[in-house]
Amino acid sequence: MSKEFHSALVSPTGVWWKPVHSQEKRWITISFIWCMVLFAMMPLWHFKGGQNPTGVRARVDPADFAERTERFNKEFQVGTEKGMPVVAPPPGADVYLLARMWSWSSVLKLKKDTEYMLHLSSADVNHGFSLFPINVNIQIVPGYDYGLKITPNEAGEFRIICNEFCGVGHHIMVGKVIVEE
Amino acid sequence: MSETVQSLAKRFRTCTVTGIKIHRSAEQLIKVNAVVAIVCFLIGVLAAIGLLLTRWQAVHYLSVVMYYRFLTAHGLNMLIFFIIFFEMAVLYFAGPVMLGSRLPAPRAGWLAFILMVVGAIMTNVMVFTGQADVLFTSYPPLKAAHWYYLGIILFAVGALIVCVLFFLSLHVAKKEKTYEGSVPLVTFGGLTAAIIAVITLLHGAIIYIPTWLWSLDIMPMDPQLYRLIWWGLGHSSQQINVAAMVAVWYLLAGLTVGGVVLNEKMSRTAFVLYILFISMASAHHLLVDPGMGSAWKIWNTSYAMYLAVLASMIHGFTVPAGIELGQRLRGFTNGTFEWLRKAPWGDPGFSGLVLSVIIFGFMGGITGVTLGTEQINIMAHNTLRIPGHFHVTVVGGTALAFMAVTYYLIPLIFQKRVALWGLVKYQPYLFAAGISLMAMAMTFQGVFGVPRRHWDINAADSPFPVEFHPVVNLLQAIMAIAGILAAIAVLLYIISAVLSVFFGKPLTAEAINEKASGIPQGVLQLPNQSHNSSMVARLHKTGTPGTVVLVFIFLACFVVYYFVNWKLLTFLWKIG
Ligand code: HEM
Ligand SMILES: [Cu+2]
Repeated sequence: MSKEFHSALVSPTGVWWKPVHSQEKRWITISFIWCMVLFAMMPLWHFKGGQNPTGVRARVDPADFAERTERFNKEFQVGTEKGMPVVAPPPGADVYLLARMWSWSSVLKLKKDTEYMLHLSSADVNHGFSLFPINVNIQIVPGYDYGLKITPNEAGEFRIICNEFCGVGHHIMVGKVIVEE
Repeated sequence: MSETVQSLAKRFRTCTVTGIKIHRSAEQLIKVNAVVAIVCFLIGVLAAIGLLLTRWQAVHYLSVVMYYRFLTAHGLNMLIFFIIFFEMAVLYFAGPVMLGSRLPAPRAGWLAFILMVVGAIMTNVMVFTGQADVLFTSYPPLKAAHWYYLGIILFAVGALIVCVLFFLSLHVAKKEKTYEGSVPLVTFGGLTAAIIAVITLLHGAIIYIPTWLWSLDIMPMDPQLYRLIWWGLGHSSQQINVAAMVAVWYLLAGLTVGGVVLNEKMSRTAFVLYILFISMASAHHLLVDPGMGSAWKIWNTSYAMYLAVLASMIHGFTVPAGIELGQRLRGFTNGTFEWLRKAPWGDPGFSGLVLSVIIFGFMGGITGVTLGTEQINIMAHNTLRIPGHFHVTVVGGTALAFMAVTYYLIPLIFQKRVALWGLVKYQPYLFAAGISLMAMAMTFQGVFGVPRRHWDINAADSPFPVEFHPVVNLLQAIMAIAGILAAIAVLLYIISAVLSVFFGKPLTAEAINEKASGIPQGVLQLPNQSHNSSMVARLHKTGTPGTVVLVFIFLACFVVYYFVNWKLLTFLWKIG
């Protein structure tokens, strides 16, 4: 606090580079420590936590990715549902899921407590991968392959909602994931 | 020192009575920019009502095409046009008017204004004729008509000119010695906003010019690169809003209760921190994007170890503490909170200020830092938690502060009394309640996985319809009704501002003497403070105990909210 009080509308004259009042100083110190905690949590979670968006990321030609997805679908297809291939990849497999206006390339059938490498990309515009009701949300950008290791922790039926605006059909772009025991 | 406050306020008054106008062109530019800002605000608010009634799926009012068109219009007119036009007015105020200097090159100011208006009209025409259904982020490869991008470019060039004029007017004021010492803190805050605006607009040029060329099929555009640089614009512009809002907080604190600056050094350092870390702001929009690695994400989303957050926490202390000290100087020294109880709560300038600080800090700040954490963002990206967050920063914070300061600009600049005064006294309360409740309802829906920007979350026409938890229906109704209350508050504000400016009773010396209605108490009666040495010595000893209590409550909320979110994260599938 300066000796004389003035409002923020006034031009301060003389030297205003003055020591800070102890109360304010204490608050700033505590705030600074809190900011360091906020900062430390993110790297820490990479070592201790199970949810990180790091992944394996690469540029990819949309046509190449589409071809890989098709090969993947053919290799592990176990049925069809509503005209879509139902695909059951083996544990640890690379899983390819292609988003396009306005559908997902397959219905995935996964096993609980099993790790897969899920590759996401788009054939046209930006899309969003939102796993419902778990609430895992990943951005999908055309020209980029986003590979994420995922491990389902419960059995059941899940939805994949597109949560990045992708045109007038955006709201019908819903897919499905089945997780079995 | 309080005489200086008084003389400053008197200068505005002398203007009224004697007609001395040293900054007439600046005043006129303030007027036109503010008026256009309010027109954009009106378009945005009308669109918002349509959006609310659509997202409330029991009503589901707009068709799918119209919903996205209104969403584009709302984002653009609110976040870009309304806010930036208003900030141009703030810059003319914080520069020439505050420093009592002339505005150099007023013609350039008019040119800038025309460019901005033409740009805004062009863009809006494209949106409303259905040639730009791309939402205001316009992520390629979604493509709008090329006029859309050109409109934004013109608008940005205009805004850039205003920033340059602001720098020039500071230079002129210094050279012509219209003030002594350093510029006032409010002007310093305006300067911060203007510097950030230049950085922001450069990002804008780097991205919009190539995108415009891309829309003309002249060059390619990488979607990820676009997202990176577009958010260099999109988020940095939020930092303009924060800096301008904090400047308005300091201004209103001084005008309403004679709030003081605790320590010039600290407040100014905090503003500088905003400038230093601004271009990193893009990152927290890209935390779950494929283009960038974790080290980049962590470093940038934290704005270099949260030093910009530190800056906000400093202002979050100094603004309420300045109000507290101002009030204590007026004699409200009993207990911890007499200064707060005896504050002018019926003055919309004051209530708007306090509500803006509370909403921005408690709700906006805490949610923002939490959602912008690399891993927590996995649970939040593109869900309704995101609009739930920014409607309590840029709307409950910035827009509310701007509305509050309007109640002072009307008498001080437009020299009119505020119309509908009896209703307007409640306007900040109605708006604050509506927007906070709407944002909370959005946030909770987001927790249930409800996406933002979505016409039909139940996906009735898709192969796999989605069944949300039944409570989501209730939350949708709360969101819509609370949002409509906030919209009504905005309409009240707009009607009052238009009536005051175009049909208002003039602010005359007699009106002031008679304490006529429609004059905020800070204009009516200058804060009557005693600055004798015993008072000053006493305040040095007590400091601001009330503020200390408040900020520690804030910190406790922050810590709890932050760690609850980490806990929630552990329930997700393993992902990495
Ligand atoms: C009474 C005031 C307001 C209400 C009721 C309101 C309501 C809404 C609603 C319902 C949405 C749609 C969310 C969705 O469906 O995804 C929305 C989006 C948005 N609002 Fe507001 N809003 C208000 C004021 C403002 C203001 C003042 C600003 C900016 C300064 C603003 C900025 C935005 C932005 C940027 C979006 C996102 C658009 C997008 O996703 O493309 N809003 N608002
Ligand atoms: Cu989509």
